[in-house]
Amino acid sequence: MSARRLRRRIVSGTMTTLVGVLSFVAVLALVLILGHLVAKGASSLDWAFFTKNPVPAGESGGGVANAIVGTGIIVGLAGLIGLPIGIGTGLYLAEYGSGRLGWIVRFVADVLNGTPSIVVGIFAWTWLVKPMGHFSAFAGSMALAALMVPMLARTTEEMVRLVPHSLREAALALGYARWRTSLRVVARTALAGIVTGSLVGIARVAGETAPLLFTALGNLNFSTSVLEPMQTLSLQIYVYATGPFDEWHRMAWAAALVLMGLVLILAIAARWALRSRYGAAR
Amino acid sequence: MAPPADARLQLETVRLTALYGRRAVVKDVSILFPTHTVTALIGPSGCGKTTFLRCLNRMHELSEGGWITGKVLLHGEDIYDHAIDVVQLRRRIGMVFQRPTPFPTMSIYDNVAAGLRVNGGRPRAELDAAVEGALRRAALWDEVKDRLRHSALALSGGQQQRLCVARALAPEPEVLLLDEPTASLDPAGTQHIEELCHELKTRYTIVIVTHNLQQAARVSDYTGFFYLGDLVELGRTEQLFTKPTKEQTEAYITGRFG
Amino acid sequence: MAPTAAPEPRWPILRGVNAGDRLYRGALTALALTLPLLLLAVVGELAVSAWPAIRRFGLPFLWTSVWDLVAGVFGAAPMIFGTLASSLLALVIAVPLALGVAIYLTEFAPKWLRQPVSFLVELLAAIPSVVYGLWGIFVLIPFLRTYVVPPLRATLGWTPFLSGVFYGNSLLAGSVILAIMIVPYIAAVSREVLLAVPVSQREAALGMGATRWEAVWTAVVPYGRAGLIGAGILGLGRALGETMAVTMLIGNRHDIGLSVLQPAYTMAAAIANEFSEATTDLYLSALFEVGLILFVITVAVNALARLMIWRVARGTAVGSRAL
Repeated sequence: MSARRLRRRIVSGTMTTLVGVLSFVAVLALVLILGHLVAKGASSLDWAFFTKNPVPAGESGGGVANAIVGTGIIVGLAGLIGLPIGIGTGLYLAEYGSGRLGWIVRFVADVLNGTPSIVVGIFAWTWLVKPMGHFSAFAGSMALAALMVPMLARTTEEMVRLVPHSLREAALALGYARWRTSLRVVARTALAGIVTGSLVGIARVAGETAPLLFTALGNLNFSTSVLEPMQTLSLQIYVYATGPFDEWHRMAWAAALVLMGLVLILAIAARWALRSRYGAAR
Repeated sequence: MAPPADARLQLETVRLTALYGRRAVVKDVSILFPTHTVTALIGPSGCGKTTFLRCLNRMHELSEGGWITGKVLLHGEDIYDHAIDVVQLRRRIGMVFQRPTPFPTMSIYDNVAAGLRVNGGRPRAELDAAVEGALRRAALWDEVKDRLRHSALALSGGQQQRLCVARALAPEPEVLLLDEPTASLDPAGTQHIEELCHELKTRYTIVIVTHNLQQAARVSDYTGFFYLGDLVELGRTEQLFTKPTKEQTEAYITGRFG
Repeated sequence: MAPTAAPEPRWPILRGVNAGDRLYRGALTALALTLPLLLLAVVGELAVSAWPAIRRFGLPFLWTSVWDLVAGVFGAAPMIFGTLASSLLALVIAVPLALGVAIYLTEFAPKWLRQPVSFLVELLAAIPSVVYGLWGIFVLIPFLRTYVVPPLRATLGWTPFLSGVFYGNSLLAGSVILAIMIVPYIAAVSREVLLAVPVSQREAALGMGATRWEAVWTAVVPYGRAGLIGAGILGLGRALGETMAVTMLIGNRHDIGLSVLQPAYTMAAAIANEFSEATTDLYLSALFEVGLILFVITVAVNALARLMIWRVARGTAVGSRAL
């Protein structure tokens, strides 16, 4: 083998190893973060942590029950509003979106998808908090819903577009009306993908903090009223992590572990949904 | 407007021209499809036979820029008339496509029943009978009767295509349009479908588009030869294949082009 | 031969079904209209709320460094600088990592490794920003302080980029955490771009005697170059808008400095930090103006990214999904 060829071989081998190493580093970051969450947070996960509310600053003990429930309520309400609108918009884009309005909606969805969530937060403050005169979980949910809709619109459209055109034709040739074809045949075939997109969207907003800072605000007490400020895990982590007490830091890790657990469950469920449906578009 | 009780079905096109935008792909074609016969449409690729077929159940207008001039008459009524409900029409004229397209999220039973369920609810017993009847007519019943609830995707390609035939037959159409139905099947599957045509023509009027000249000769009573959008020749199959009147027809049949 | 009899008449001429189609289309259109309306509302709101500050400070707002609450004089230059600096620095760190992951996954990784690794990288994108911030405060910053800054200072401490005392919260910390956060996005899009490159490109190179690496580097990557650049710009767009992790690590100080060891500020962090403290209308309006500037920059960058990606990946929704 000539010297030149040998050199090229070496370069190839080295670069191959290098990209492998880079990938390893990237994965390592994830492993480290998850590892630290478990190492520093797991020990604080006791029954009290899940069932008690925060105690006054400086004291020890207490839990994040209000935050867990709050996350559930705010994210749930956001999903209740955001999922139908987002999926409906996605269906519109797939079914009727080849015209000018479709182009506009698609463009707007992309713009909104790239908008920093804090900007959406201050928008929600102006439109919901200021007129109402107080912070509320409702305002927070609306801000999160505003983040969900463009996300879901695009993923739903993409999933529905993957359904082969021939299926649509077969249904129409059978005498299905267009709306029925769109819902009972096309959307149903794409259902696994739509569910995946929804779960991913919910996971993403469950972790959001910035849009909630000026809408739901946070609440040290337990509250289930959507017209009052409410605490979420993300808000709690922020307050505790940036606070002065060691006790708070300890609880921040635990709360982060819980939040990450929730996100992980949703992410895995999303992947599983794609795998288990026969014939669904991959 | 109810047809007389024992009318012979007449499906015919009168000077049918099919266009995409300003481009005519089917030019001035008039064909009468006699009841309970099989008519094959042959011709090289892109000469308009599939487009013509899709005009017969008003699928052509679903394509971008698709429209027609001329008439398509079913029992003397123009199916393109404003008063006609397209959706109801498509239940009277069934279609089977080139590639099998079973609905992936439905079982075999639900696939066959799909065309029946659109018309409002039917009692369970009636549905069962209709599904069984359609599957028997499609010569698929014996192979699937034990797994009606299973996914349609578990069937082989040939079986799936017969499933699509059953699905098209279940709503009891009068006409069956077949667009190259054996193009993606193996020889065994092809043979099944061809046998079906012989059996089905006692109940339905069949129009089949095919690339396969031997298939057209085997299966059909009448054959029409399309070339570049024109209907060059139409006649009884044996006559067209043995003594074609037009030079182009003879050239195509003897394989000089195509 | 009469057609077989069916229960209902065989010639119903109904127009009823079309109402279903109209209703469906109307309902979907109504739902779809919420998006353009929402965007109009957001932009309108930002502009209206920012107007008092815009009118007061004019264009110099973009390059003034004052942030005086008492005197009511505001200038966003430090925030704009910090946003751009942290995002660009993050990009410099993230792109090699992300590109490496993408190339590895599409070209070199053994088949059984591809799914798990890409899942893990996707999971990085799912970690909430505030969790990154938490990890950054208690793990990353001590790590930087002990293992990264001293060697950097030893070698490059004479440059203005590494001067000053390192207290932890700094432009460096903010940039590093941003880099980790945007790697999965750039990697995911890059991977799709590389997958969209026709197989024939690589095969042609291999057929001419190229080594595996050469085939990738000289045939596949250049073909997807526009898309890869687009992926990078998309990552930049994401970095520009990141809020929580940044505000927890960057120091939140209205200062422009060349040293990465010093605290800095970004537009998003400033809004997060100061919005609830804004006591005067002008202060609030200034923050809205910052939000408006941030919005405009992010939209422009994302639009540019999408344009470049589209050229390679042909109009799929690549890059706009959540993970």
